[in-house]
Amino acid sequence: MGGEAHHGKRRGNFIQRTIDALAETLERSLYAEQLAEGGGLLQRLDPRVKLVAMLGFIICAAASRNLPVVVAIAVVALGLAVVSRIPFRSLMPVWIGMFVFSGLIAGPAIFLTPGPSLATVPWLGWQVSSYGVRSAILLILRSEVSITFSVILVMTTPWIQVMKAMRVVGVPTMVVVILGMTYRYIFLMLQSASDMFEARQSRVIGKLSNADARRLASATVGVLLSKSFQLSNDVYLAMQSRGFRGEVYTLDEFRLGRNDYIAIPIALVIIVSGIWFGYV
Amino acid sequence: MHIPDGYLSPSTCVAMFAASTPFWYVASARIKKTLSMRMVPLLSVFAAFSFIIMMFNLPLPGGTTGHATGAALAAIVLGPWAAVISVSIALIIQAVFFGDGGILAIGANCFTIAIVGVFVAHYANRIVAGNSAVDSRRRVIAAGIAGYLSINAAAFATAVLFGIQPMYFTDSNGAPLYAPYPLDIAIPAMMIGHIGIAGFAELIVTAGVIGYLQKNDISLLSIAQTGVPAGANAAVASGWQSARRMWLVIATMLVLTPLGLIAAGTAWGEWGAEELVALDGGQTITAAPTGLLQYAAIWQAPVPDYAVSFISSEQLGYILSGVMGVGLIILTMLVSTYIAGRITRRNEQSNP
Repeated sequence: MGGEAHHGKRRGNFIQRTIDALAETLERSLYAEQLAEGGGLLQRLDPRVKLVAMLGFIICAAASRNLPVVVAIAVVALGLAVVSRIPFRSLMPVWIGMFVFSGLIAGPAIFLTPGPSLATVPWLGWQVSSYGVRSAILLILRSEVSITFSVILVMTTPWIQVMKAMRVVGVPTMVVVILGMTYRYIFLMLQSASDMFEARQSRVIGKLSNADARRLASATVGVLLSKSFQLSNDVYLAMQSRGFRGEVYTLDEFRLGRNDYIAIPIALVIIVSGIWFGYV
Repeated sequence: MHIPDGYLSPSTCVAMFAASTPFWYVASARIKKTLSMRMVPLLSVFAAFSFIIMMFNLPLPGGTTGHATGAALAAIVLGPWAAVISVSIALIIQAVFFGDGGILAIGANCFTIAIVGVFVAHYANRIVAGNSAVDSRRRVIAAGIAGYLSINAAAFATAVLFGIQPMYFTDSNGAPLYAPYPLDIAIPAMMIGHIGIAGFAELIVTAGVIGYLQKNDISLLSIAQTGVPAGANAAVASGWQSARRMWLVIATMLVLTPLGLIAAGTAWGEWGAEELVALDGGQTITAAPTGLLQYAAIWQAPVPDYAVSFISSEQLGYILSGVMGVGLIILTMLVSTYIAGRITRRNEQSNP
């Protein structure tokens, strides 16, 4: 979703907001790991099959030039969420966030895009262009569908497995290893950052001035930077003492099962027909 | 901002992956050479660091909040190549696991933030910081400027990607299929927020952290030169020489992209003297202002009116001119850093 100011809505002071943002990230990933162990349909498939299929669906949504096909792909996404027992209340914030973000961007296009006029806004006299409406709907729907597939993937698959599965789409082993380590350090650092802010929060009475908040943020980033460098040296020494000589090996425990052999042709048919009809 | 999926056409996404690949390749080759085995934990930890600092929302003057991308900080502390890799990894994790930025758009987001943002920061920092001491005030100012320019350059690149979508990707009626706004709307809309708000978040964090490190952990500020803090492994410093060659090749290729150069097409406010008369239908402006005619001959731009003749599409010509412009900027940067390097070397020789 991005947007440099999308947490602005949070109440409370700077420290509290940052603690909340850090905690939310932790919670979200723990929740995803929990769901990934649930017994839905997608949870039983090989991560490689899921990754490639989700990528295929996203490409399908991106490549489609016609609205009904994008709607059909959206139905597939909803269906997958239901059979994988992903509760809608956990998808809702994602959808609303994307809707607000894309809506803000796409909204003005309704009036600004040249094309046949559908209606006129009373008093203002702005022309609603039919092409503009179509473009706005396409943009919003496509971004919603794509993010739904990526959320479905990470909510039905343990994250470490998603990373290992990336090798099938050509991500080099070294990058997969770095991704895996990064993922672990993210939680370690989330914890340290959150501890630092909490320690500060418990010592602050009243409201921190903006200038102080900025200084605090820079100092915290600086401390984190020093800590991360120390950490990387420690980890390096630990790796070296355990025999790391620059070569990386990953355990490849993936095996295609019966479910995968059923899922692959179904996904293939949906993706190919989606791309085929989307272009007509 | 991180581009979500659905805003760029699949072909743009593929092109951006293709554009990022040589940088990833050179970055990993160079890091392998310089940091050897240390790189695995170092890059992972710094990628995690880049990820975390995107979550710090700091209050900005004017009552809004914003967060930094950390691309400039990574470029200054780690050096540009290690920064390309660790910021890219942070972006991949954000896209895949946190839905921040699209999956197909990973190539585009890495290109704008981890490549354009990082290199703009690196060069801006080098030019402003010059040969000043590691603990000087000038380094802090350089870091702030680098941060501000870095995120604005990334935003500009993103705006261009958005702006070219309606030129190429429309349905049979001409309705845009992806990001709907042309360049003349996309660029100002994107830049206002970044010049006014997001740029300052990056400025504050980058300058603030460099200032903090100067006081508290100055050894970290020599990683970019040496690969490890405080002194060890100094041979890496010369690493830039070979990278300069890659830049030279890229810049030359960019500049040479379109070979034939004669104009067609007019940008608003950039009319030539004859066009000004023709445009007006000869009603109020009956003859070209003589001042305009007088000055028109002085400067002949190498690619007049941004369009290149052998390409029938005016829009494509626009893009190609943009590509050439980027090439020229890189060349200018190379020449100026080369000259600056010569001058400092001469100064060092004259006062040892």
